[in-house]
Amino acid sequence: MSVASYVKNIKDTVTSVFEGMTITFSHLVRRPMTIQYPDKIPVPIQETLPRRYRGILEVDMDICTGCLACERDCPITCITIGIEMDKETKQRNFTHFDIDICKCMYCGLCAEACPTGSIRHSQEFEGASYNPAGLVRHFVTQPAPLYKPKKGGETDPKLAEKVDTGLKYLDEFATPDGGAAAEEG
Amino acid sequence: MQAYIDQLIRDGYFAGMPKEVVYAVAMVLAAFIVLSVFVAPLAGVTSWLERRVWARMQSRVGPNRVGPQGILQWLADGIKNLLKEDLIPSAADAKLFSLAPYVVFVGFLCAFVVIPFGSQLIVADLNIGILYILAVTSLVVVGILMAGWSSNNKWSLLGGMRSAAQIVSYEIPAGLSILTIVFLAGTMSMQGIIKAQGWAPWDWFLFNNPFTFAAFFLYFTAALAEGNRTPFDIPEAESELVAGYVTEYSGMRFLFFFFAEWGNLYVIGAVATTLFLGGWQVPPVTSDPILLGVLQFVVFFLKAYLWVFIAMWVRATLPRVRVDQLMALCWKYMVPLSFLCLLGTICWMLVFPKGNQIFSVAMFVLGLLIVAYFFKRVVFQIRHARPELYFKPHI
Repeated sequence: MSVASYVKNIKDTVTSVFEGMTITFSHLVRRPMTIQYPDKIPVPIQETLPRRYRGILEVDMDICTGCLACERDCPITCITIGIEMDKETKQRNFTHFDIDICKCMYCGLCAEACPTGSIRHSQEFEGASYNPAGLVRHFVTQPAPLYKPKKGGETDPKLAEKVDTGLKYLDEFATPDGGAAAEEG
Repeated sequence: MQAYIDQLIRDGYFAGMPKEVVYAVAMVLAAFIVLSVFVAPLAGVTSWLERRVWARMQSRVGPNRVGPQGILQWLADGIKNLLKEDLIPSAADAKLFSLAPYVVFVGFLCAFVVIPFGSQLIVADLNIGILYILAVTSLVVVGILMAGWSSNNKWSLLGGMRSAAQIVSYEIPAGLSILTIVFLAGTMSMQGIIKAQGWAPWDWFLFNNPFTFAAFFLYFTAALAEGNRTPFDIPEAESELVAGYVTEYSGMRFLFFFFAEWGNLYVIGAVATTLFLGGWQVPPVTSDPILLGVLQFVVFFLKAYLWVFIAMWVRATLPRVRVDQLMALCWKYMVPLSFLCLLGTICWMLVFPKGNQIFSVAMFVLGLLIVAYFFKRVVFQIRHARPELYFKPHI
């Protein structure tokens, strides 16, 4: 190593450290780039997410037919559905409809299989809980009847709206081609 | 301190008690007060401030939830670590493993004995003060080697060995830089070194001659390396060694290592202030002893803490050096340069036995120019920021 390169090494070290220090100092007096989640943002993150975002699963029990397609399609069996026949009224009721968020891998196969689009991904992603049991979502609190699709369309306006929402979700977002057609159209 | 105790004994406060017992109690009490009132909050607040400064330099926010601006974060961390399980691996050498954090801690805490916070505020003004600091801070090596060896873990051992090699190597440039000041001041006592300087910046040893100016930066770099700080933190290089010698530690013992690291930052700053930056010297503005004492303490604290801040800043700026680069930097560059500083200072003292006031003022102006150029570059960096790279939450 020659004397010239030795001196040059020292000079390079000093000047590059000096320059680096100016850059970091300029960041110190600048505004941080990160934003304060969750309490210093103008709108909740959930509202800014794209509609096809695969968040935590939600089920609209009013239009669930109890076909068990989602339970069969789930590759990790995180959905458990219980259906019971009422002896007196001869009506089939849900006893439970649980989705274990701990196990769910957000593959979206259940939403694709659903004939009415009642099970779907929401925009919700904050699943923090103090124990794993708190992460099991219970959609049936007391025995509720199954939904029966009527021939010639739904007549109850409230239910008709929900059916429309479900079918729209099914057409646009839960299809394997990614709803590209719907987005283009 | 001893004079004060002697005064109390003469005044008859401890009637009938043996002198030695009073001394022993006073020593323990002084250590306790220094530790609990000054060192523990200082190390804690430094840990919080370092995380905040780091975060802001990386354009993040940093811990800001516990207390106003997160200033109580260190208390939360301390309590958390106290409550955690103190785990000793079954294959570890249990005795050495439990002892090591305390050796490291003692090594750093002993340095506070001779740190002069004011003209009266010093635990003991030893006549070998600076030598004592070099000696006790070397005790840290023993603790780190003990931790590395007793953990019975390859990462811990590698970290401990690297740390020992690094600290022993960097003690040479640090010692030589300190020696230039010892020559100039003609004493090794901390108070003596401060008294040899004045309150004005051109009376500081930093601006005494170009060689002490260089020696200051050599000392600071070597001290950072001795304190295992980034860019010299290869003993705990996360990417290679998990956490180095602290890999197997948990709970309070783990905390002790970091307590020592953050407290050690202040020791580095205090020693640099004492040796080069005029220590507690203040302009003659007041003759009230209490007010003067407070003023001296504030001045000393601010000067020392500036260098703590700069250590944080260096850590946020520079990447970690490789082991061979670390050793090359020490043996090929810093040792010869610190020898050069030592010889230069000796020649300077031969040429100007009483110092050269005009040259010192010129050096001070040069220092100001460097700072001014620095801020010019900072403004340049701010102007050339790339706002289009800012994080956009709404895609």
